[in-house]
Amino acid sequence: MFSFDLLINALVIGVLLGGFYCSLALGLSVSFGLLDVVNIAHPAFIILGSYIAYMMGLWIGLDPIVTGILFAPVFFVLGLVIYRIYYTSFEKRGAEALRGLAFFFGLMFIVEVGLIIVYGVDYRSVEVSYVGPSIDIGFVGIPLRMLVPFGVSMVMAAILITYLSRTFTGRAIQAVAQDRMALQLMGADPVRIKQFAFGISLATCSIAGALLIIIIPVEPSVGRLYIGPVFAIVVLAGLGSVNGTIYAAIIIGVAESIVATFFGPSWAPAVAFGILLAVLGLRPSGLFGR
Amino acid sequence: MKYSFFWIGIAIAVVLAFATPHVITNEFYIRTAYTVLQFVVLATAWNILGGYAGYVNFGAAAFFAAGAYTSVFIYKLFPLFQVPEWMIFIMLPAGGIVAALLGLMTGALTLRLRGVYFSIATLALAIVLQTLVTNWHFVGGAKGASILPPRDVPLDFIFNGYADFLFVLMAFLAIAALVIARYIETSWIGRGLAAIRDNEDAAECMGVPTLKLKLFATTVSGFLFGVAGAPLPYFINYIEPVSGFSLIYAVNALAMPMIGGATTWIGPLLGATVLGTAQEVARVVISSEMNLLIVGVLLVFFVVAAPDGFVGLIRKYFGKGGRR
Repeated sequence: MFSFDLLINALVIGVLLGGFYCSLALGLSVSFGLLDVVNIAHPAFIILGSYIAYMMGLWIGLDPIVTGILFAPVFFVLGLVIYRIYYTSFEKRGAEALRGLAFFFGLMFIVEVGLIIVYGVDYRSVEVSYVGPSIDIGFVGIPLRMLVPFGVSMVMAAILITYLSRTFTGRAIQAVAQDRMALQLMGADPVRIKQFAFGISLATCSIAGALLIIIIPVEPSVGRLYIGPVFAIVVLAGLGSVNGTIYAAIIIGVAESIVATFFGPSWAPAVAFGILLAVLGLRPSGLFGR
Repeated sequence: MKYSFFWIGIAIAVVLAFATPHVITNEFYIRTAYTVLQFVVLATAWNILGGYAGYVNFGAAAFFAAGAYTSVFIYKLFPLFQVPEWMIFIMLPAGGIVAALLGLMTGALTLRLRGVYFSIATLALAIVLQTLVTNWHFVGGAKGASILPPRDVPLDFIFNGYADFLFVLMAFLAIAALVIARYIETSWIGRGLAAIRDNEDAAECMGVPTLKLKLFATTVSGFLFGVAGAPLPYFINYIEPVSGFSLIYAVNALAMPMIGGATTWIGPLLGATVLGTAQEVARVVISSEMNLLIVGVLLVFFVVAAPDGFVGLIRKYFGKGGRR
């Protein structure tokens, strides 16, 4: 059964898939990795982004990626609101461990069931010119619907990394992860910085959701399947390492693609979760951790 | 005084459990009551780890389904002839032990780390297990398995039908779960777990064996989940991975104690009874999606606005502060 062509194809698809996973995990690597806010509703918001891309495409024929970018500010504001509630109800009272987690679990549920009630459980997809064709290089086929999200995702990662390391607010976000108190002494308000960063984290969901629906048809409950990959990536990367997110995402993508090719796609969902469990058991600080 | 009240209540509950099938003959009500009692066990099981120790388990469905699929496995071992009617008494502990081992394993992997990793691992566990079961053809794989209840009812001089028997069985499991939870809560184990919940580092420094206690709580909690799941195949007669691992179990196991009040054994009982009954009614009257949405909204509302749940509200408005 083993063939070289298949392996190369699986590797190429894996790298593209992993690059795309990076866009899903970037926001979480900010919220979970840097801010220590365990937003397990993150994939649910990505699916919300997918549905917005779908609806805008249906109504006014807007390109999903354009929709994603246009709606990013809306998600940003949503993020500000959610963090505000989270902060006043849980973080300030030191109750984030139990009730904060339950809060995000409830949010995830509301988004998911809300989408089911409005749109039902049918799979939805978008029709854009780059969904169908693929570029063939020798025996390797590169589908455009994977290549475009890969590219957008890499641009997103580059922008986020530059933002975090070059601008004042970006550096403040990294500082809040390292030492809150020191940041406060420098005259910056840690709560406002965290709120801003959480907004950015949710804003990525808008674009990531648009990319997701380009790659694969989406229904409301698929969000849960992506909890595995995104958390696996963030933990594998090492909390707080946004650069590591890219490499970790590609590792997960390649692993999933190879398993799906050689063992069958029904095993693929277990790969990321399996890696996640293994990393938690063996090396909880991740590969590229600080 | 408080102590004897509890045991009188238990005695009344036992009598009620036996009497109910003889008073209420409509099978629909018996099945509804079974579902609510099943939620009492799930909520109590979740609370032993979540409420007492403060470790959030998102994978209740995984442990529950582990129990259910252990029963399916045992059932499938008898392909040619009738499964003996006493087999359910083997399935129960078997399902419990499998789920308990699963809990112990997950705990051993992640409980040395911060609590949040345990929560994420339990989410992971649910998906990994579902994938395994979906690909495991012996227990039905993705297309599911149909399970016929045995023709003879165990102890048939008491029960009229299999549904009645399952109802009384679940009632006993619920009572047992409450007794176990209350024992843990009032003993040194409960105090140790409460210390972990409040400040794990401080507890460790004071000599509380934190890791051992957490592993104990995960194992007991897993066992109860598994036992609750074991009769499920006989109850629904057809089981497939999507319904066995349904998010409904995971959400309710977490939401019911959180809404009822998570630090005491009575909270999950209250939460499961109120929410479980409301959901069974809503499932018939409105749609099942709508009723799940209501659970989600209630969960968010309660954790934000009334962190101590029903129990907290009752203490605030009626009681003189309760025991603590």
